[in-house]
Amino acid sequence: MSNLLEVKNLHVRVEDKEILQGVNLTIGEDETHVLMGPNGTGKSTFGYAVTGNPSYTVTEGQIIFKGEDITELAVNERAKRGIFLSFQNPLEVPGVTLSAFIRSALEQKTGERIRLFDFKKKLKETMELLNMDPSYAERDLNVGFSGGEKKKAEILQMLMLEPSLAILDETDSGLDVDAVKTVSNGIKIFKERCKGSLLIITHSTRILESLKVDVTHVMSGGYIVKEGGADLVNQINECGFESLCKNCNENCPARGN
Amino acid sequence: MSEKTYVEDIDRSVYDIKDAEIDNYRIEEGLTPDIVEKISEEKNDPDWMREFRLHSLDVYNKSIMPDWGPSIEGLDMDHIATYVRPNTKMQGSWEDVPKDIKETFERLGIPEAERKSLAGVGAQYDSELVYHNVRADVEAQGVVYTDMESALNGPYADMVKEHFMKLVPPTDHKFAALHGAVWSGGSFVYVPKGVHVSIPLQSYFRLNAKGAGQFEHTLIIVDEGADLHFIEGCSAPKYNVANLHAGCVELYVKKNAKLRYSTIENWSKNMYNLNTKRAIVEEGGTIEWVSGSFGSHVGYLYPSSILVGRGAKMEFTGVTFAGEGQNLDTGAKVVHAAPETTSYMNTRSISKSGGISTFRSSVEVRKNAHKSKAAVSCQSLMLDSQSRSDTIPAMDIRCRDVAVGHEAKIGSISDDAVFYLMSRGMSEEEARALIVSGFADNVSKELPLEYAIEMNNLIRLEMVGSIG
Repeated sequence: MSNLLEVKNLHVRVEDKEILQGVNLTIGEDETHVLMGPNGTGKSTFGYAVTGNPSYTVTEGQIIFKGEDITELAVNERAKRGIFLSFQNPLEVPGVTLSAFIRSALEQKTGERIRLFDFKKKLKETMELLNMDPSYAERDLNVGFSGGEKKKAEILQMLMLEPSLAILDETDSGLDVDAVKTVSNGIKIFKERCKGSLLIITHSTRILESLKVDVTHVMSGGYIVKEGGADLVNQINECGFESLCKNCNENCPARGN
Repeated sequence: MSEKTYVEDIDRSVYDIKDAEIDNYRIEEGLTPDIVEKISEEKNDPDWMREFRLHSLDVYNKSIMPDWGPSIEGLDMDHIATYVRPNTKMQGSWEDVPKDIKETFERLGIPEAERKSLAGVGAQYDSELVYHNVRADVEAQGVVYTDMESALNGPYADMVKEHFMKLVPPTDHKFAALHGAVWSGGSFVYVPKGVHVSIPLQSYFRLNAKGAGQFEHTLIIVDEGADLHFIEGCSAPKYNVANLHAGCVELYVKKNAKLRYSTIENWSKNMYNLNTKRAIVEEGGTIEWVSGSFGSHVGYLYPSSILVGRGAKMEFTGVTFAGEGQNLDTGAKVVHAAPETTSYMNTRSISKSGGISTFRSSVEVRKNAHKSKAAVSCQSLMLDSQSRSDTIPAMDIRCRDVAVGHEAKIGSISDDAVFYLMSRGMSEEEARALIVSGFADNVSKELPLEYAIEMNNLIRLEMVGSIG
């Protein structure tokens, strides 16, 4: 079975600082991966680099998606090929409604006009699944949304755009218990509906409870320092990252940091 | 419907199609008493108007060129034809308008807008109105909407004489004097006491002739307790010689009346737009200006409001977009000349590719304007490092018990916002256009849907090719 995403020896620089120092990570089709690690180790940078944020310069290495080298590809072209990032801090864009934005994004992706009636129907149903007030559809994108509503709006976009790889950057952080459940449910629906792959960047296990995790990656100091199955998440929760780092491969350059 | 605002593309050539100047009457270039008399004769002026024109020319010759704003050196009055009459009389049906002119207005969507969403339309082509029509039900309410020439000679002649250039006298400034001398075309509107006109009236001004000037006069009187929304649009094809627009708008808002005056200005980039707009508002009355300035090479535009009655209100919502080769000096003025009057200016300026956008405002609060409130908010967006944005607010407060506020913000497009939009599949150009449209939504939210769409399309046009 072919890999969906293959990241090889990825080095990423932001301004003058090298954040990622040779990351290798592979995600297969219809898989759920978790990316954990202490704060400031480069998890979000990894998400941005795969998505194609131009402020994050790839200095070495390759990103292969669906067999194509996308290392040099613009962010919108990657989006069209099926990469989606749920932002940790979604931006407010006045002047365009959530509904108009999603419809336009869909049309960009498919290159076809979408019938308004079908679109509205699907949007309404999906918003219901996420317990979103339907009035949000006609509000300006993220403007004045609470933290929780912004995150739900990200998941809504994911469900509507049906990417093949969704990277969720701390989508669960800052959410109350009910909102985490809603988001977690949204992710489950994504798996069932779209059979897409997931890379979930998180500090918490609550969002993972109803999901079957295939691989857990632990990042520290700009490297992947450990990989394992779903049980690795529990191990981290019990012992923390520090003990994990002590026990990890002695070649790990992060040791002693 | 709102998704239409940025999905549909428009053809930029629509505004740029030039009609051949066939069989029109074009007065010789320049400005002399002889030329002014000829215009007066052409137009069948009453005697007082002929004298008014000559007097204005005298004032024009004696007054100085403005030297405090963008340069108007490229404007040579000796080479401007001040009067160009199209080869038609004014018609009440589009069918009777000559084919080429009708097609021009059809491309601009005027007859369609009239059918769909307007109570009346006036269409001016060069110096004269070629079409004027008002819906029968609106006319039955006693609303008068006609061209200025008919108004001067019709049953409202005395009313016109009583108000014409009383708010903006020829002595106001050099181009007001010029307007007084050579004005032609424009509309007269009278809304009787207590009448609410539920859908807007619109005048559209098209300047087709090369090296010509357009000097239309708009006079609107909204009587006590009445309510009107008036829209004006303007465009011209681009020539490599200077064109001049020195129109004049005078608005009389009577006791407890309300007038909204919306403008989408899209003159071509060889136009000197030296336009004067002024409103006088009586007790409890409201003037609302909604203004989008996109075109012109040089623009001087500061709609002003004189609040003379207790509790009179003014609101000004504007956006100015200065692209390559444009120097647009825009803003608003207000005079609080009565107690408990309020004013609010909310403007956005955008500059791009070396364009200069200046926001200039004046707030004057007179001694008697107790308990008045004035607020000015201006925001600027600069799309690159070659562009320029200035803010020149002036305030003259002569009364203690008033609340006056001013806020200004300046910024550029955030890379994070562009990245966010692009991460959903939008191109960089589209993402930027969307952000700029969003920045200008103070105005687009105030416009009827069709006009908001047109405005967003104009922004998209300006943004095309802005990458790399």
